[in-house]
Amino acid sequence: MKRLVLLVLTSFAALMLYGVSTLPDRADPHAPANLEVSPAGSPVAQDYYIRHAYEDAHTPNMVTVILADYRGYDTLGETTVIFAAGLACFPILRGRRREDLEGSGEEDTGS
Amino acid sequence: MRGYYDDRIVALSSRLVVPFIQLFALYVVFHGHYSPGGGFQGGAMLAASFLLIRLSVGTDGAQLQFRKGWGTPGSSIGTLVYLMTGIFALILGGYFLDYSLLPLGMGEAETRGMGILIVEIGVAIAVACTLTAIYDDLVGEEGRSGSPHDA
Repeated sequence: MKRLVLLVLTSFAALMLYGVSTLPDRADPHAPANLEVSPAGSPVAQDYYIRHAYEDAHTPNMVTVILADYRGYDTLGETTVIFAAGLACFPILRGRRREDLEGSGEEDTGS
Repeated sequence: MRGYYDDRIVALSSRLVVPFIQLFALYVVFHGHYSPGGGFQGGAMLAASFLLIRLSVGTDGAQLQFRKGWGTPGSSIGTLVYLMTGIFALILGGYFLDYSLLPLGMGEAETRGMGILIVEIGVAIAVACTLTAIYDDLVGEEGRSGSPHDA
């Protein structure tokens, strides 16, 4: 069983490395992600962001403009996820603690 | 209150360090326009400063800085700041989260930059309050009897 797991993991690693090895270089100007127009003929979003980020929001940090302005809906979702996680912790952790206190008597509750 | 050391050196040194952590957290939030940073990172640092005081002087002593009940309302306020910015733009006749329509009396591009700042502040409030609230939930309800200013 252990040997099987090892075999599966090694073959997956080999598959991943094979996939990565055929990717274009990150700084390749002819890579599809760095072109102004993709091979399919549609405009690439990255090109617009790099050209217009400062003009659109007068903010030197391009990443901030993309995160909070162009992709503002996504960041709203992230904030909502954090808020939901905090809310979910409340009933789980507090509810369990209350059961413990009820079981152990009154003198533990006062501090 | 149990679970913390009644140690003057720890309490004093953390009290000394916390204002600087908070100042740097605000710097990270407000300087996110010019350097790496922003609401999530600054909010996490702000939460770290709250938690440092909680760990060093105990939850009761930390009530003077950030009260136990503020966590959940604060995180909802932060999320609402973000959401309301988007809905406000919607009411003014634009798209959802179109900051350029906010009535701030500036040019369109500057207004977008300020809109990003408002949104980042909302994110920072939400993250800081949520992380502090999770810590308070973990610690439990010791010290809930009596007013928080007793300590």
